[in-house]
Amino acid sequence: MSVVKVHLRNPTRTIDVDGPITIVALLQKLDLNRESVLVIRGGTLVPGDARLEADDEVEIRPVISGGAR
Amino acid sequence: MKCKVCREPAVIDIRRHNANFCADHFVKLCQDQVVKAISEFSMLEEGDRVLVAVSGGKDSLALWDLLDDLGYEAHGLYIGLGIGGYSDRSGDTVKAFAEQRGLPLQVVDLRADYDYDIPTAAAVTRRVPCSACGLSKRHLFDRAALEGGYDAIATGHNLDDEAAVLFGNTLRWQTEYLARQQPVLPARPGFPRKVKPLVRLGEREMAAYCVIRGIDYIVEECPMAEGNKHIAYKEALNEIEAMSPGSKQAFYFGFLARAVDRFADAGPGHAEGDDIAVCQQCGVPTTSEICTFCRLLDRAAGAEPVQLTRKGKVIA
Repeated sequence: MSVVKVHLRNPTRTIDVDGPITIVALLQKLDLNRESVLVIRGGTLVPGDARLEADDEVEIRPVISGGAR
Repeated sequence: MKCKVCREPAVIDIRRHNANFCADHFVKLCQDQVVKAISEFSMLEEGDRVLVAVSGGKDSLALWDLLDDLGYEAHGLYIGLGIGGYSDRSGDTVKAFAEQRGLPLQVVDLRADYDYDIPTAAAVTRRVPCSACGLSKRHLFDRAALEGGYDAIATGHNLDDEAAVLFGNTLRWQTEYLARQQPVLPARPGFPRKVKPLVRLGEREMAAYCVIRGIDYIVEECPMAEGNKHIAYKEALNEIEAMSPGSKQAFYFGFLARAVDRFADAGPGHAEGDDIAVCQQCGVPTTSEICTFCRLLDRAAGAEPVQLTRKGKVIA
């Protein structure tokens, strides 16, 4: 079983997820809306159909912001 | 996933366009959408001098980058809001961006220049922080644009922002706000033209644009905006969007095409007493003797500053 490290925000934390796993499956597992986040690996966007393998490390970055501007 | 244009590996899918894009063609898509918005709504003309309202967030920095790339004389204006470490980090981010690109940046600092900050203004006027912030920014952006002789102010409002505001205004049938919810507000005496060139691009696209272009933006949310209704509306709309891609675009652009004109009578210049006076303190058109900004300033300037945590939360 491989382990993927996932960095999340609000609050900032890191979790381990069993891999291999696709981005779409990862977001479903974490109950995250694909419209509301980006997945980034080493400064590069990771598309929805990409598979994360052992020792992969990704950031899930929320994209919603708001308030007065 | 392959790029719709070149069939090379894609880095992003945009479900409402039912298309995937590689990095280069995604950047091209963003540029094309901005060009289309500017032309469709007659926002800017070639050679216009534009003042970009920059916060350090993804939208405003992406907008500045796009307008500069498209050949506009785009200068930035950053307002230091005094929201603890959050404002410090935002200001540093904007300054670093401007320096890297060699773009002119004007900075107004509420505490240094006006002797107040947003948390203190919110507390002494009993406004919600986003209201005190919006009021301050609008006034100071207008003033800077007029004094600097700019043709327009550009803000980073994107499709998600506009759809969320429309959702909130429609829930409560706030007809005056609905009448004003246009991608362009023409100049009128005392107020510069205001344009929103990102209305054809979603929030996720703007974040992706920054990642691809290597734009370092402030990802953290304003600590004072946490839990506000605007963010809740965006989350609700994203639930709908996930079920039915294209809903946000259909909602907002359908409103512009088929509904906004119906509220024209409720808009500015139609309500009794609209802007019939000028503020006795600063001279901007207003509905009363003293404009709302000067009233806020009268109460907040010099008041005992509210104490904040390092993250910018108010210490009760």
